[in-house]
Amino acid sequence: MKLKDIFAVPECRVLAEGDPQREISRIFCCDLLSIAMGKAPADGVWVTVMGNRNTLAVASLTDTACIVLAEGVSLDEGTLAKAGEEGIAVLATELPAFDIALEIYQAGLE
Amino acid sequence: MSEQLTFTYTIDGDDFTRAGEASSSVKNKLKMLGVSSDAIRKVAIAMYEGEINMVIHAEGGTISVSVSDDAVTMVLADRGPGIPDIDKAMQEGYSTAREDVRSLGFGAGMGLPNMKRFTDEMQIDTVIGEGTTITMKVYL
Repeated sequence: MKLKDIFAVPECRVLAEGDPQREISRIFCCDLLSIAMGKAPADGVWVTVMGNRNTLAVASLTDTACIVLAEGVSLDEGTLAKAGEEGIAVLATELPAFDIALEIYQAGLE
Repeated sequence: MSEQLTFTYTIDGDDFTRAGEASSSVKNKLKMLGVSSDAIRKVAIAMYEGEINMVIHAEGGTISVSVSDDAVTMVLADRGPGIPDIDKAMQEGYSTAREDVRSLGFGAGMGLPNMKRFTDEMQIDTVIGEGTTITMKVYL
């Protein structure tokens, strides 16, 4: 599954595109950055409600392909611009973490 | 690459939003040097955890990263309070981080365990009231 296939999931807004052709490995859900740091898979889609600058730092250092912000959480403009520079996609949704993770899974990682 | 390259960084103690910049810079440099992505990931994770610890507990410090043919060596030195019980600090889930730090998603007691898990060698030298130096090595 390519990153761009996730962009088509109806409940998601794309805030930063990253590299749409990037091949996705797995979906990972976690809000504690300390745990995400050790466990987020490379090339993964990371679903979280933790939207701050450190979220992006963890995503960058773990080679996460895409951050999905659940429950209506967003990132400030500066952090989004930085995500663009780092080539990390950022999506936002009003759905809870489980629901959006399931939708993405069913869209192509099943 | 036959000669050893060393990069040094000063970590700002009170700026949580900038934590990770040094690790990110090392990550990019290692990429340019052609280090494998697996080794880069280990270095980046271990160093970021160290950076965060320095910001949370020690009001910053310095990090030097040396790259040789067979290993990346990170030396993280701070003048913080020291670690009273290293065995306890190494336990997953044990944390002395403040509440405001936890609300940012840190302080789960995974820092030192992650640093150990993602490196091939790790040594902690700590003196109460004087500071802590952590040396970590990732083999290439």
